[in-house]
Amino acid sequence: MRYAIEAEGLVKHYGDTKALDGVDLVVPPGRLLGVLGPNGAGKTTAVRILATLLAPDAGRATVLGFDVRREAHQVRSFIGLTGQYAAVDEMLTGVENLMMIGRLLGMSRAEARARATALLERFALTEAGGRAAKTYSGGMRRRLDLAASLVGRPQVLFLDEPTTGLDPRSRTELWAVVRGLMADGVTVLLTTQYLEEADQLADDIVVFDHGRVIASGTSDQLKATTGAQVLEVRPLSADHLELVAKVVSDVIETAPETVGGVVTAAVHDPSVVPAVVRRLDDLGVVASELTLRKSTLDEVFLALTGHRAEETTADDTKPEEALV
Amino acid sequence: MTAVTTTAPPVAARRVGPGAAGRQTLTLAWRSLVQIKHNPWELLDLSIQPIMFLLLFTYVFGGAISGSTGDYLQFALPGLLVQNALFYTLSTAIGLNTDITKGVFDRLRSLPIARVAPLAGRVLADTFKQVWAFALLVGFGMVLGFRVTTSAAGLLGALALLVVVALAMSWMSVLIGLKASNPEKVQMFSFSVMMPLTFTSSALVPSATFPSWLQAWSDVNPVTHLADAIRGLLIGGEVAGPMLVSLLWSAGFTVVFAPLAIRVFRNHI
Repeated sequence: MRYAIEAEGLVKHYGDTKALDGVDLVVPPGRLLGVLGPNGAGKTTAVRILATLLAPDAGRATVLGFDVRREAHQVRSFIGLTGQYAAVDEMLTGVENLMMIGRLLGMSRAEARARATALLERFALTEAGGRAAKTYSGGMRRRLDLAASLVGRPQVLFLDEPTTGLDPRSRTELWAVVRGLMADGVTVLLTTQYLEEADQLADDIVVFDHGRVIASGTSDQLKATTGAQVLEVRPLSADHLELVAKVVSDVIETAPETVGGVVTAAVHDPSVVPAVVRRLDDLGVVASELTLRKSTLDEVFLALTGHRAEETTADDTKPEEALV
Repeated sequence: MTAVTTTAPPVAARRVGPGAAGRQTLTLAWRSLVQIKHNPWELLDLSIQPIMFLLLFTYVFGGAISGSTGDYLQFALPGLLVQNALFYTLSTAIGLNTDITKGVFDRLRSLPIARVAPLAGRVLADTFKQVWAFALLVGFGMVLGFRVTTSAAGLLGALALLVVVALAMSWMSVLIGLKASNPEKVQMFSFSVMMPLTFTSSALVPSATFPSWLQAWSDVNPVTHLADAIRGLLIGGEVAGPMLVSLLWSAGFTVVFAPLAIRVFRNHI
């Protein structure tokens, strides 16, 4: 078996909407695939198909070699699923939630209790274990949800936007847990809208847009596909912005973007930097900031799709802040 | 966590055996019942509400309807049992719908368990709650002066008939639970359909005083037949006729709603 997860030509329609429009993806055993895309790109639909919850209209998929349609029961024996919203029974305590799953998986009462206790401890929920889950904070619920998906010791784990809506601290905690699972050799498919999350966790990334995979590769490969590097120049005086833009445009022969007092342009050849510096020097323009850096995944996404991955609620003049 | 070194496809059972399916159903029924422990409102719904109806009807309307509260209690308790059982069938829909909207249903469906277990477990737990509410109402009614004038067999027969009807109705309940967009909609349905249905029957008052058009409706209203059957089983009167009609209605409900519910369940989400 070469791949833990393998999907070929997955198609799913909802009425006239094509949620998935021919998706191929593979995840080798023990790797983490990040599925990156905006809301409505088809990420959740793909996860639901791979986790046997939804039948595709066309295409096929296997998990650990088992067909998700014809051998759904076997697939279910090896997977764990954590959805977008914490799917825990709010009326039950943390212990009861986990014990219920253990019992459903055929464990004895004692085994189920031991497993629940161990998982609660691992997720720092021991103290809250006896309380109803409805009293938990968002982060605690998400951890309980993840714990619930691990009761059966899955070999393949689907994490559908596991950190959406979490505060930065809970998000970092959850990342640590995911890294721990990867160290155990679990294969993970993680969907996210957060470019940073994919960058942090994923071995490989596929980018979804409108139900299609529009790019795939490692984070570095993706960054390299779209102009590799980014030149940023911030003139000391805002009056010089236009002048700087013209200089950059002359040197790299494409129009740069001017946002928030910074002139930004994708650069394929690093040797343009000295040329820009010389020209600015000749014109007597002082730059308070001049950097050449790798493009971020956000820029990659923008270059690939023509729109940003995350909906920015703040004004669009500060796109970088959406990343943090 | 165990380390994973998979080169060959792992081995797993192809399907769930009947024994395992039964255990999974019991586990999920247990889960529905344990919920009550942490949610006193459900206990209120299940226990206080029927008792409140019993007290209100007996002492507020009893004298006006039957001349004495004692006479009315004897007449109305069987009807209240019916009303309560019918209202409660929709709790299956509410519970199922809550599971779906909260994502618990997906979690259960992603586990290697019998497909039917989440439904069967819930219906089993709700049947248990039906029995509890029945015992509570009859017991409390007896404290207030209600007497079963037939026999223990009549009492058990009444319980059995209500459970059969409730099970038949739970197919509709499952369908509503799968289809409704949120639990509040189910509540509204329960109020706007069940309430008029029970009030325009012979469950709570003798239909003789209804205007003729309402009486005509009441005569075909399935709740009337069910109430008459339960009344017959508990305090005497005709049993066979209304019981047969009730069972036919139950069979009809099952024939119509079971395939629909199963189809939606299979295609759902």
